[in-house]
Amino acid sequence: MRAIEPRRYVVYVAFLLILAFFAATLSDDGFLSEDNLLNIVRQTTPVTVMAVAVVFVLSAGEIDLSLGSVVALSALVTAEVMKTQSAVLAVAAGLGVGLATGAVNGLFVTLLRLPSFLVTLASLGIVAGLARTITDLRSVAVDDQSFIDIFGSGDVGPIPSLAFWALGAVVLGHFVFRHKRFGAHVVATGDDAGAARATGIRVDRVRFAVLVLSGAAAALAGILYTGRLEAATYTLGEQDLVTVIAAVVIGGTRLFGGEGSVVGALIGSLIMGTLTNGLILWGLSTSEQLIAQGGLLLLAISLTLREPRRELA
Amino acid sequence: MSAPLVRIEGLRKEFRAVVAVEDVTLEVSPGEIVALVGDNGAGKSTVVKCIAGVHAPTAGRILLEGRAVEFSSPLDARSQGIEVVFQDLALASAQPVYMNMFLGRELVKGPLRRLDREAMAAETKALLDGLDVLVESPHRAVRDLSGGQRQGVAIARAMYWAQRLVLMDEPTAALGVAETRRVEEQILRMRDGGRAILIVSHSLDQVFRLAHRICVLRRGRQVGIRRTSETTGDEIVAMITGLRDAD
Repeated sequence: MRAIEPRRYVVYVAFLLILAFFAATLSDDGFLSEDNLLNIVRQTTPVTVMAVAVVFVLSAGEIDLSLGSVVALSALVTAEVMKTQSAVLAVAAGLGVGLATGAVNGLFVTLLRLPSFLVTLASLGIVAGLARTITDLRSVAVDDQSFIDIFGSGDVGPIPSLAFWALGAVVLGHFVFRHKRFGAHVVATGDDAGAARATGIRVDRVRFAVLVLSGAAAALAGILYTGRLEAATYTLGEQDLVTVIAAVVIGGTRLFGGEGSVVGALIGSLIMGTLTNGLILWGLSTSEQLIAQGGLLLLAISLTLREPRRELA
Repeated sequence: MSAPLVRIEGLRKEFRAVVAVEDVTLEVSPGEIVALVGDNGAGKSTVVKCIAGVHAPTAGRILLEGRAVEFSSPLDARSQGIEVVFQDLALASAQPVYMNMFLGRELVKGPLRRLDREAMAAETKALLDGLDVLVESPHRAVRDLSGGQRQGVAIARAMYWAQRLVLMDEPTAALGVAETRRVEEQILRMRDGGRAILIVSHSLDQVFRLAHRICVLRRGRQVGIRRTSETTGDEIVAMITGLRDAD
Protein backbone atom coordinates (compact mmCIF):
# COMPACT_ATOMS: atom_id res chain seq x y z
CA MET A 1 0.00 0.00 0.00
CA ARG A 2 1.09 3.49 -0.75
CA ALA A 3 1.54 5.56 2.38
CA ILE A 4 -1.03 8.32 2.71
CA GLU A 5 0.55 11.68 3.34
CA PRO A 6 -1.84 13.98 5.19
CA ARG A 7 0.13 17.02 3.99
CA ARG A 8 -1.04 16.27 0.48
CA TYR A 9 -4.67 16.79 1.33
CA VAL A 10 -4.28 19.86 3.51
CA VAL A 11 -4.49 22.08 0.44
CA TYR A 12 -7.87 20.67 -0.63
CA VAL A 13 -9.26 21.04 2.87
CA ALA A 14 -7.91 24.59 3.05
CA PHE A 15 -9.59 25.45 -0.24
CA LEU A 16 -12.94 24.15 0.99
CA LEU A 17 -12.57 25.99 4.30
CA ILE A 18 -11.81 29.26 2.53
CA LEU A 19 -14.81 28.79 0.23
CA ALA A 20 -17.04 27.97 3.20
CA PHE A 21 -15.72 30.92 5.17
CA PHE A 22 -16.40 33.45 2.41
CA ALA A 23 -19.71 31.79 1.56
CA ALA A 24 -20.84 32.27 5.16
CA THR A 25 -19.52 35.78 5.68
CA LEU A 26 -20.24 37.16 2.22
CA SER A 27 -23.51 35.43 1.35
CA ASP A 28 -25.29 38.78 1.07
CA ASP A 29 -22.62 40.18 -1.22
CA GLY A 30 -23.13 37.51 -3.89
CA PHE A 31 -19.93 35.54 -3.25
CA LEU A 32 -21.63 32.29 -4.20
CA SER A 33 -23.47 33.74 -7.20
CA GLU A 34 -22.73 32.03 -10.49
CA ASP A 35 -21.39 35.27 -11.88
CA ASN A 36 -18.92 35.71 -9.09
CA LEU A 37 -17.67 32.12 -9.15
CA LEU A 38 -17.15 32.29 -12.92
CA ASN A 39 -15.36 35.56 -12.35
CA ILE A 40 -12.92 33.83 -10.04
CA VAL A 41 -12.24 31.28 -12.76
CA ARG A 42 -11.73 34.02 -15.36
CA GLN A 43 -9.42 36.02 -13.15
CA THR A 44 -7.29 33.06 -12.13
CA THR A 45 -6.81 31.58 -15.60
CA PRO A 46 -3.54 33.38 -16.48
CA VAL A 47 -2.09 32.46 -13.08
CA THR A 48 -3.26 28.85 -13.48
CA VAL A 49 -1.64 28.56 -16.91
CA MET A 50 1.65 29.88 -15.55
CA ALA A 51 1.38 27.76 -12.41
CA VAL A 52 1.18 24.59 -14.50
CA ALA A 53 4.47 25.47 -16.19
CA VAL A 54 6.08 26.53 -12.94
CA VAL A 55 5.32 23.10 -11.46
CA PHE A 56 7.74 21.74 -14.08
CA VAL A 57 10.28 24.52 -13.45
CA LEU A 58 10.37 24.15 -9.66
CA SER A 59 10.23 20.35 -9.80
CA ALA A 60 13.30 20.42 -12.02
CA GLY A 61 15.10 22.47 -9.37
CA GLU A 62 15.03 25.69 -11.38
CA ILE A 63 13.14 28.97 -11.06
CA ASP A 64 11.90 31.55 -13.56
CA LEU A 65 11.75 35.08 -12.18
CA SER A 66 11.19 36.59 -15.64
CA LEU A 67 7.58 35.34 -15.86
CA GLY A 68 5.88 38.62 -15.02
CA SER A 69 7.83 40.70 -17.50
CA VAL A 70 7.25 38.15 -20.28
CA VAL A 71 3.51 38.50 -19.61
CA ALA A 72 3.73 42.25 -20.27
CA LEU A 73 6.00 42.10 -23.32
CA SER A 74 4.08 39.31 -25.02
CA ALA A 75 0.79 41.13 -24.37
CA LEU A 76 2.13 44.35 -25.90
CA VAL A 77 3.71 42.59 -28.87
CA THR A 78 0.45 40.73 -29.53
CA ALA A 79 -1.59 43.93 -29.37
CA GLU A 80 0.89 45.90 -31.48
CA VAL A 81 1.10 43.28 -34.22
CA MET A 82 -2.69 42.98 -34.27
CA LYS A 83 -2.96 46.64 -35.26
CA THR A 84 -1.60 45.83 -38.70
CA GLN A 85 -1.66 42.05 -39.04
CA SER A 86 -4.04 39.16 -38.48
CA ALA A 87 -4.85 37.95 -34.98
CA VAL A 88 -3.22 34.59 -35.75
CA LEU A 89 0.07 36.26 -36.59
CA ALA A 90 -0.24 38.48 -33.53
CA VAL A 91 -0.72 35.51 -31.21
CA ALA A 92 2.22 33.74 -32.84
CA ALA A 93 4.37 36.84 -32.27
CA GLY A 94 3.28 37.02 -28.65
CA LEU A 95 4.08 33.37 -28.06
CA GLY A 96 7.39 33.91 -29.87
CA VAL A 97 8.37 36.44 -27.21
CA GLY A 98 7.89 33.81 -24.52
CA LEU A 99 9.63 31.03 -26.42
CA ALA A 100 12.58 33.26 -27.23
CA THR A 101 12.96 34.50 -23.66
CA GLY A 102 12.70 30.96 -22.35
CA ALA A 103 15.25 29.72 -24.88
CA VAL A 104 17.73 32.46 -23.97
CA ASN A 105 17.24 31.72 -20.26
CA GLY A 106 17.71 28.03 -20.98
CA LEU A 107 20.87 28.54 -23.01
CA PHE A 108 22.53 30.60 -20.29
CA VAL A 109 21.55 28.05 -17.64
CA THR A 110 22.71 24.99 -19.58
CA LEU A 111 25.63 26.20 -21.70
CA LEU A 112 27.22 28.58 -19.21
CA ARG A 113 26.05 26.59 -16.18
CA LEU A 114 24.64 29.64 -14.44
CA PRO A 115 21.93 29.43 -11.77
CA SER A 116 18.48 30.11 -13.21
CA PHE A 117 17.77 32.43 -10.30
CA LEU A 118 20.38 34.90 -11.56
CA VAL A 119 19.82 34.39 -15.29
CA THR A 120 16.08 34.98 -15.03
CA LEU A 121 16.60 37.88 -12.64
CA ALA A 122 18.64 39.53 -15.38
CA SER A 123 16.15 38.71 -18.12
CA LEU A 124 13.35 40.00 -15.89
CA GLY A 125 15.01 43.42 -16.05
CA ILE A 126 15.73 43.28 -19.76
CA VAL A 127 12.26 42.12 -20.78
CA ALA A 128 10.51 44.55 -18.41
CA GLY A 129 12.57 47.37 -19.89
CA LEU A 130 11.67 46.29 -23.42
CA ALA A 131 7.98 46.19 -22.46
CA ARG A 132 8.19 49.78 -21.24
CA THR A 133 10.13 50.88 -24.31
CA ILE A 134 8.22 49.42 -27.24
CA THR A 135 5.07 51.49 -26.70
CA ASP A 136 6.61 54.20 -24.57
CA LEU A 137 4.48 53.16 -21.56
CA ARG A 138 1.24 53.54 -23.56
CA SER A 139 -1.50 50.93 -23.44
CA VAL A 140 -2.55 49.32 -26.71
CA ALA A 141 -6.20 48.53 -27.32
CA VAL A 142 -7.38 45.40 -29.12
CA ASP A 143 -10.65 45.22 -31.06
CA ASP A 144 -10.51 41.95 -33.01
CA GLN A 145 -13.75 40.36 -31.81
CA SER A 146 -12.84 36.74 -32.51
CA PHE A 147 -9.55 37.22 -30.65
CA ILE A 148 -11.46 38.64 -27.70
CA ASP A 149 -13.95 35.76 -27.80
CA ILE A 150 -11.30 33.07 -27.87
CA PHE A 151 -8.76 34.53 -25.45
CA GLY A 152 -10.97 36.75 -23.34
CA SER A 153 -14.58 37.37 -22.54
CA GLY A 154 -16.19 34.78 -24.84
CA ASP A 155 -18.33 31.94 -23.55
CA VAL A 156 -19.04 28.44 -24.75
CA GLY A 157 -22.58 27.85 -23.53
CA PRO A 158 -22.50 28.87 -19.89
CA ILE A 159 -18.75 28.33 -19.54
CA PRO A 160 -16.25 31.14 -20.10
CA SER A 161 -13.71 30.37 -22.82
CA LEU A 162 -10.97 31.26 -20.32
CA ALA A 163 -11.99 28.23 -18.26
CA PHE A 164 -11.12 26.01 -21.20
CA TRP A 165 -7.62 27.46 -21.36
CA ALA A 166 -7.12 26.79 -17.65
CA LEU A 167 -8.59 23.31 -17.89
CA GLY A 168 -6.60 22.49 -21.02
CA ALA A 169 -3.34 23.61 -19.39
CA VAL A 170 -4.06 21.58 -16.25
CA VAL A 171 -5.11 18.40 -18.07
CA LEU A 172 -2.20 18.48 -20.51
CA GLY A 173 0.24 19.50 -17.78
CA HIS A 174 -0.93 16.78 -15.42
CA PHE A 175 -0.73 14.15 -18.14
CA VAL A 176 2.82 15.05 -19.14
CA PHE A 177 4.00 15.56 -15.57
CA ARG A 178 2.56 12.39 -14.16
CA HIS A 179 2.26 10.00 -17.10
CA LYS A 180 5.08 10.77 -19.53
CA ARG A 181 8.76 9.98 -19.27
CA PHE A 182 9.53 13.68 -19.57
CA GLY A 183 7.68 14.37 -16.32
CA ALA A 184 9.61 11.63 -14.56
CA HIS A 185 12.88 13.07 -15.87
CA VAL A 186 11.96 16.56 -14.69
CA VAL A 187 11.31 15.31 -11.17
CA ALA A 188 14.46 13.18 -11.10
CA THR A 189 16.56 16.12 -12.33
CA GLY A 190 15.28 18.33 -9.53
CA ASP A 191 15.60 15.57 -6.97
CA ASP A 192 19.23 14.70 -7.65
CA ALA A 193 20.80 15.98 -10.86
CA GLY A 194 23.87 13.80 -10.35
CA ALA A 195 21.82 10.63 -9.98
CA ALA A 196 19.67 11.61 -12.94
CA ARG A 197 22.73 12.18 -15.11
CA ALA A 198 24.32 8.92 -14.00
CA THR A 199 21.22 7.02 -15.11
CA GLY A 200 21.42 8.60 -18.54
CA ILE A 201 18.81 11.36 -18.24
CA ARG A 202 19.81 14.35 -20.33
CA VAL A 203 19.65 16.81 -17.49
CA ASP A 204 20.52 19.92 -19.50
CA ARG A 205 17.84 19.14 -22.06
CA VAL A 206 15.31 18.91 -19.23
CA ARG A 207 16.42 22.25 -17.77
CA PHE A 208 16.27 23.96 -21.15
CA ALA A 209 12.82 22.52 -21.85
CA VAL A 210 11.23 23.62 -18.58
CA LEU A 211 12.50 27.19 -19.02
CA VAL A 212 11.15 27.35 -22.58
CA LEU A 213 7.87 25.93 -21.29
CA SER A 214 7.55 28.59 -18.63
CA GLY A 215 8.37 31.35 -21.13
CA ALA A 216 5.64 30.04 -23.42
CA ALA A 217 3.14 29.80 -20.55
CA ALA A 218 3.88 33.37 -19.46
CA ALA A 219 3.38 34.53 -23.06
CA LEU A 220 0.04 32.72 -23.24
CA ALA A 221 -0.94 34.33 -19.95
CA GLY A 222 -0.13 37.73 -21.45
CA ILE A 223 -2.31 36.96 -24.45
CA LEU A 224 -5.16 35.84 -22.18
CA TYR A 225 -4.92 39.08 -20.16
CA THR A 226 -5.01 41.04 -23.41
CA GLY A 227 -8.13 39.15 -24.49
CA ARG A 228 -9.96 39.70 -21.23
CA LEU A 229 -9.04 43.37 -20.80
CA GLU A 230 -9.18 44.10 -24.55
CA ALA A 231 -5.94 45.98 -24.15
CA ALA A 232 -2.31 45.41 -23.26
CA THR A 233 -0.17 47.46 -20.93
CA TYR A 234 3.30 47.16 -19.44
CA THR A 235 1.98 46.64 -15.90
CA LEU A 236 0.31 43.33 -16.79
CA GLY A 237 1.76 40.46 -14.86
CA GLU A 238 3.72 42.70 -12.51
CA GLN A 239 2.28 41.08 -9.37
CA ASP A 240 1.97 37.59 -10.81
CA LEU A 241 5.32 36.05 -9.94
CA VAL A 242 4.57 35.89 -6.23
CA THR A 243 1.02 34.69 -6.81
CA VAL A 244 2.12 31.96 -9.20
CA ILE A 245 4.90 30.66 -6.99
CA ALA A 246 2.62 30.80 -3.96
CA ALA A 247 -0.06 28.85 -5.84
CA VAL A 248 2.41 26.20 -6.97
CA VAL A 249 4.09 25.79 -3.61
CA ILE A 250 0.83 25.75 -1.66
CA GLY A 251 -0.26 23.06 -4.10
CA GLY A 252 2.47 20.73 -2.89
CA THR A 253 5.38 21.35 -5.25
CA ARG A 254 8.74 21.49 -3.50
CA LEU A 255 10.44 24.84 -3.91
CA PHE A 256 13.79 23.08 -4.35
CA GLY A 257 12.81 20.37 -6.77
CA GLY A 258 12.04 16.68 -6.82
CA GLU A 259 8.32 16.76 -6.15
CA GLY A 260 5.38 18.50 -7.76
CA SER A 261 1.68 18.42 -8.43
CA VAL A 262 -0.16 20.06 -11.32
CA VAL A 263 -3.60 19.47 -9.82
CA GLY A 264 -2.31 20.91 -6.54
CA ALA A 265 -1.15 23.99 -8.43
CA LEU A 266 -4.66 24.45 -9.86
CA ILE A 267 -6.10 24.33 -6.34
CA GLY A 268 -3.38 26.70 -5.15
CA SER A 269 -4.25 29.10 -7.93
CA LEU A 270 -7.96 28.91 -7.07
CA ILE A 271 -7.14 29.54 -3.40
CA MET A 272 -5.17 32.67 -4.28
CA GLY A 273 -7.93 33.86 -6.63
CA THR A 274 -10.70 33.15 -4.14
CA LEU A 275 -8.85 35.06 -1.44
CA THR A 276 -8.43 38.11 -3.63
CA ASN A 277 -12.04 37.95 -4.69
CA GLY A 278 -13.36 37.54 -1.16
CA LEU A 279 -11.20 40.34 0.18
CA ILE A 280 -12.45 42.67 -2.55
CA LEU A 281 -16.06 41.81 -1.73
CA TRP A 282 -15.25 42.46 1.90
CA GLY A 283 -14.37 45.97 0.81
CA LEU A 284 -10.67 45.84 1.53
CA SER A 285 -8.56 48.37 -0.32
CA THR A 286 -5.73 47.20 -2.57
CA SER A 287 -3.16 47.93 0.13
CA GLU A 288 -5.19 46.10 2.74
CA GLN A 289 -5.55 43.15 0.38
CA LEU A 290 -1.78 42.92 0.05
CA ILE A 291 -1.40 42.75 3.82
CA ALA A 292 -4.17 40.19 4.21
CA GLN A 293 -2.83 38.05 1.34
CA GLY A 294 0.67 38.10 2.76
CA GLY A 295 -0.57 37.06 6.17
CA LEU A 296 -2.72 34.27 4.78
CA LEU A 297 0.11 33.10 2.56
CA LEU A 298 2.35 32.76 5.60
CA LEU A 299 -0.35 30.82 7.38
CA ALA A 300 -0.94 28.59 4.37
CA ILE A 301 2.70 27.71 3.82
CA SER A 302 3.21 27.12 7.54
CA LEU A 303 0.46 24.51 7.40
CA THR A 304 1.39 22.87 4.11
CA LEU A 305 5.11 23.27 3.63
CA ARG A 306 6.72 22.77 7.00
CA GLU A 307 9.25 20.07 6.22
CA PRO A 308 8.97 17.17 8.61
CA ARG A 309 12.23 16.85 10.46
CA ARG A 310 14.20 14.00 9.02
CA GLU A 311 16.89 12.16 10.83
CA LEU A 312 20.26 12.44 9.19
CA ALA A 313 20.67 9.58 6.76
CA MET B 1 39.01 -18.59 -18.02
CA SER B 2 37.41 -17.24 -21.20
CA ALA B 3 38.61 -14.26 -23.23
CA PRO B 4 38.43 -10.92 -21.43
CA LEU B 5 35.15 -9.07 -21.65
CA VAL B 6 36.73 -5.71 -21.01
CA ARG B 7 40.33 -4.64 -21.29
CA ILE B 8 41.73 -1.23 -20.48
CA GLU B 9 45.13 -0.37 -21.90
CA GLY B 10 47.42 2.39 -20.71
CA LEU B 11 44.54 4.34 -19.20
CA ARG B 12 45.44 7.88 -18.23
CA LYS B 13 43.22 10.61 -16.85
CA GLU B 14 44.21 14.18 -16.06
CA PHE B 15 42.08 16.81 -14.39
CA ARG B 16 43.71 20.06 -15.47
CA ALA B 17 47.22 19.85 -13.97
CA VAL B 18 46.48 16.82 -11.79
CA VAL B 19 47.20 13.33 -13.07
CA ALA B 20 44.58 11.17 -11.37
CA VAL B 21 45.39 7.94 -13.18
CA GLU B 22 48.41 7.05 -15.26
CA ASP B 23 49.07 3.93 -17.25
CA VAL B 24 46.60 1.42 -15.85
CA THR B 25 46.19 -1.81 -17.81
CA LEU B 26 43.66 -4.33 -16.64
CA GLU B 27 41.20 -6.91 -17.91
CA VAL B 28 38.11 -8.62 -16.55
CA SER B 29 36.58 -11.81 -17.95
CA PRO B 30 32.97 -13.01 -17.83
CA GLY B 31 32.26 -14.72 -14.50
CA GLU B 32 35.30 -13.09 -12.93
CA ILE B 33 35.54 -10.62 -10.06
CA VAL B 34 38.52 -8.28 -10.10
CA ALA B 35 39.14 -5.98 -7.15
CA LEU B 36 40.67 -2.54 -7.42
CA VAL B 37 42.39 -1.51 -4.19
CA GLY B 38 44.51 1.38 -3.02
CA ASP B 39 44.57 4.25 -0.56
CA ASN B 40 42.38 7.31 -0.79
CA GLY B 41 43.28 9.28 -3.89
CA ALA B 42 44.90 6.28 -5.59
CA GLY B 43 42.61 6.76 -8.59
CA LYS B 44 40.26 3.79 -8.15
CA SER B 45 37.05 5.72 -8.62
CA THR B 46 38.50 7.56 -11.60
CA VAL B 47 39.26 4.26 -13.34
CA VAL B 48 35.69 3.12 -12.71
CA LYS B 49 34.26 6.40 -13.99
CA CYS B 50 36.34 6.23 -17.16
CA ILE B 51 34.98 2.76 -17.96
CA ALA B 52 31.46 3.90 -17.08
CA GLY B 53 31.56 6.81 -19.50
CA VAL B 54 31.42 9.47 -16.80
CA HIS B 55 34.94 10.69 -17.62
CA ALA B 56 36.62 10.57 -21.00
CA PRO B 57 40.15 9.13 -20.65
CA THR B 58 42.99 11.51 -21.48
CA ALA B 59 44.89 8.62 -23.08
CA GLY B 60 44.65 4.87 -23.39
CA ARG B 61 42.01 2.54 -24.78
CA ILE B 62 39.01 0.63 -23.52
CA LEU B 63 38.29 -2.60 -25.38
CA LEU B 64 34.99 -4.38 -25.08
CA GLU B 65 35.25 -7.94 -26.36
CA GLY B 66 38.32 -6.90 -28.29
CA ARG B 67 36.75 -3.85 -29.93
CA ALA B 68 37.87 -0.36 -28.94
CA VAL B 69 34.98 1.68 -27.54
CA GLU B 70 34.60 5.33 -26.61
CA PHE B 71 31.78 6.30 -24.31
CA SER B 72 30.70 9.92 -24.47
CA SER B 73 28.19 9.48 -21.65
CA PRO B 74 27.03 6.92 -19.07
CA LEU B 75 24.13 6.28 -21.43
CA ASP B 76 26.58 5.01 -24.06
CA ALA B 77 28.15 2.64 -21.57
CA ARG B 78 24.77 1.41 -20.41
CA SER B 79 23.67 0.68 -23.94
CA GLN B 80 26.70 -1.63 -24.17
CA GLY B 81 25.55 -3.59 -21.12
CA ILE B 82 27.76 -1.87 -18.54
CA GLU B 83 26.18 -0.92 -15.21
CA VAL B 84 27.66 0.95 -12.28
CA VAL B 85 26.87 0.87 -8.59
CA PHE B 86 28.30 4.20 -7.48
CA GLN B 87 29.62 5.02 -4.04
CA ASP B 88 26.94 7.69 -3.74
CA LEU B 89 24.46 5.22 -5.23
CA ALA B 90 22.95 7.55 -7.85
CA LEU B 91 19.48 7.14 -6.42
CA ALA B 92 16.97 9.99 -6.55
CA SER B 93 15.85 10.09 -2.94
CA ALA B 94 12.38 11.60 -3.23
CA GLN B 95 11.37 9.12 -5.93
CA PRO B 96 9.83 5.72 -5.26
CA VAL B 97 11.96 2.60 -5.44
CA TYR B 98 10.41 1.38 -8.69
CA MET B 99 11.06 4.71 -10.38
CA ASN B 100 14.71 4.54 -9.38
CA MET B 101 14.93 1.04 -10.73
CA PHE B 102 13.82 2.27 -14.14
CA LEU B 103 15.22 5.81 -14.07
CA GLY B 104 16.09 6.89 -17.61
CA ARG B 105 14.61 3.66 -19.03
CA GLU B 106 11.02 3.87 -17.88
CA LEU B 107 8.49 1.36 -19.18
CA VAL B 108 5.67 2.87 -21.20
CA LYS B 109 2.40 1.51 -22.52
CA GLY B 110 -0.29 2.35 -25.05
CA PRO B 111 -0.30 4.63 -28.09
CA LEU B 112 0.31 7.69 -25.87
CA ARG B 113 3.38 6.02 -24.40
CA ARG B 114 2.17 6.54 -20.86
CA LEU B 115 4.42 5.53 -17.99
CA ASP B 116 3.51 2.01 -16.95
CA ARG B 117 3.84 2.51 -13.22
CA GLU B 118 2.08 -0.73 -12.31
CA ALA B 119 4.40 -2.82 -14.46
CA MET B 120 7.49 -1.07 -13.13
CA ALA B 121 6.34 -1.55 -9.53
CA ALA B 122 5.50 -5.23 -10.10
CA GLU B 123 8.81 -5.91 -11.84
CA THR B 124 10.67 -4.14 -9.05
CA LYS B 125 8.91 -6.13 -6.37
CA ALA B 126 9.69 -9.43 -8.07
CA LEU B 127 13.31 -8.46 -8.53
CA LEU B 128 13.83 -7.30 -4.94
CA ASP B 129 12.08 -10.36 -3.55
CA GLY B 130 14.28 -12.60 -5.68
CA LEU B 131 17.37 -10.93 -4.27
CA ASP B 132 16.16 -10.98 -0.67
CA VAL B 133 16.23 -7.20 -0.53
CA LEU B 134 13.65 -6.45 2.12
CA VAL B 135 11.67 -3.38 1.10
CA GLU B 136 8.09 -3.05 2.32
CA SER B 137 6.82 -1.73 -0.98
CA PRO B 138 8.27 -0.61 -4.31
CA HIS B 139 6.23 2.58 -3.82
CA ARG B 140 8.33 3.68 -0.84
CA ALA B 141 10.50 6.75 -1.42
CA VAL B 142 14.20 5.90 -1.38
CA ARG B 143 14.87 8.44 1.38
CA ASP B 144 12.70 6.37 3.72
CA LEU B 145 14.92 3.29 3.28
CA SER B 146 17.89 2.22 5.39
CA GLY B 147 21.42 2.32 4.01
CA GLY B 148 21.37 -1.41 3.40
CA GLN B 149 18.05 -1.27 1.61
CA ARG B 150 19.31 1.53 -0.63
CA GLN B 151 22.42 -0.43 -1.47
CA GLY B 152 20.21 -3.42 -2.21
CA VAL B 153 18.14 -1.31 -4.58
CA ALA B 154 21.22 0.04 -6.35
CA ILE B 155 22.66 -3.46 -6.79
CA ALA B 156 19.33 -4.90 -7.90
CA ARG B 157 19.16 -2.16 -10.52
CA ALA B 158 22.63 -3.02 -11.79
CA MET B 159 21.79 -6.71 -11.87
CA TYR B 160 18.59 -6.07 -13.73
CA TRP B 161 20.17 -3.99 -16.46
CA ALA B 162 23.76 -5.19 -16.69
CA GLN B 163 24.19 -7.55 -19.60
CA ARG B 164 27.93 -7.84 -19.38
CA LEU B 165 29.94 -5.76 -16.92
CA VAL B 166 29.16 -4.43 -13.45
CA LEU B 167 31.37 -1.76 -11.90
CA MET B 168 31.02 -1.35 -8.15
CA ASP B 169 32.51 1.53 -6.21
CA GLU B 170 32.61 0.72 -2.48
CA PRO B 171 29.32 -1.18 -2.51
CA THR B 172 29.38 -2.02 1.20
CA ALA B 173 31.20 0.98 2.67
CA ALA B 174 28.14 2.25 4.52
CA LEU B 175 26.73 -1.10 5.60
CA GLY B 176 26.64 -3.20 8.74
CA VAL B 177 27.91 -6.76 9.00
CA ALA B 178 24.69 -8.57 8.11
CA GLU B 179 23.87 -6.21 5.27
CA THR B 180 27.39 -6.56 3.90
CA ARG B 181 26.99 -10.35 3.85
CA ARG B 182 23.78 -10.07 1.93
CA VAL B 183 25.29 -7.68 -0.63
CA GLU B 184 28.28 -10.02 -1.07
CA GLU B 185 25.91 -12.88 -1.78
CA GLN B 186 24.26 -10.73 -4.44
CA ILE B 187 27.64 -9.97 -5.97
CA LEU B 188 28.49 -13.67 -6.14
CA ARG B 189 25.13 -14.35 -7.74
CA MET B 190 25.90 -11.78 -10.44
CA ARG B 191 29.25 -13.47 -11.03
CA ASP B 192 27.58 -16.88 -11.30
CA GLY B 193 25.25 -15.33 -13.86
CA GLY B 194 28.31 -14.86 -16.08
CA ARG B 195 28.82 -11.14 -15.67
CA ALA B 196 32.24 -9.58 -15.32
CA ILE B 197 32.61 -7.56 -12.13
CA LEU B 198 35.12 -4.86 -11.22
CA ILE B 199 34.83 -3.87 -7.58
CA VAL B 200 36.49 -1.07 -5.65
CA SER B 201 36.79 -1.88 -1.97
CA HIS B 202 38.65 -0.69 1.11
CA SER B 203 38.03 -3.93 2.94
CA LEU B 204 40.80 -6.43 2.21
CA ASP B 205 38.81 -9.16 3.96
CA GLN B 206 36.04 -8.58 1.47
CA VAL B 207 38.45 -8.47 -1.44
CA PHE B 208 39.91 -11.83 -0.43
CA ARG B 209 36.42 -13.30 0.01
CA LEU B 210 35.16 -12.20 -3.40
CA ALA B 211 37.86 -11.48 -5.93
CA HIS B 212 39.78 -13.76 -8.26
CA ARG B 213 42.42 -11.14 -8.87
CA ILE B 214 43.48 -7.95 -7.13
CA CYS B 215 44.82 -4.84 -8.87
CA VAL B 216 46.67 -2.40 -6.62
CA LEU B 217 46.90 1.33 -7.40
CA ARG B 218 49.05 3.89 -5.65
CA ARG B 219 48.85 7.59 -6.44
CA GLY B 220 47.31 6.90 -9.80
CA ARG B 221 49.90 4.31 -10.81
CA GLN B 222 49.35 0.61 -11.13
CA VAL B 223 51.57 -1.18 -8.62
CA GLY B 224 50.69 -4.70 -9.72
CA ILE B 225 48.07 -7.41 -10.13
CA ARG B 226 47.94 -10.58 -7.99
CA ARG B 227 45.83 -13.73 -8.07
CA THR B 228 44.00 -13.89 -4.77
CA SER B 229 45.02 -17.53 -4.38
CA GLU B 230 48.69 -16.67 -4.78
CA THR B 231 49.07 -13.66 -2.52
CA THR B 232 48.60 -12.63 1.09
CA GLY B 233 47.03 -9.70 2.84
CA ASP B 234 50.47 -8.60 3.95
CA GLU B 235 51.73 -8.42 0.40
CA ILE B 236 48.72 -6.41 -0.77
CA VAL B 237 49.08 -3.99 2.17
CA ALA B 238 52.75 -3.56 1.36
CA MET B 239 51.85 -2.76 -2.24
CA ILE B 240 49.16 -0.27 -1.20
CA THR B 241 51.37 1.59 1.24
CA GLY B 242 54.46 1.62 -0.95
CA LEU B 243 56.59 -0.64 1.25
CA ARG B 244 56.89 -2.80 -1.82
CA ASP B 245 57.98 -1.36 -5.16
CA ALA B 246 55.89 -1.56 -8.28
CA ASP B 247 56.35 -4.65 -10.48
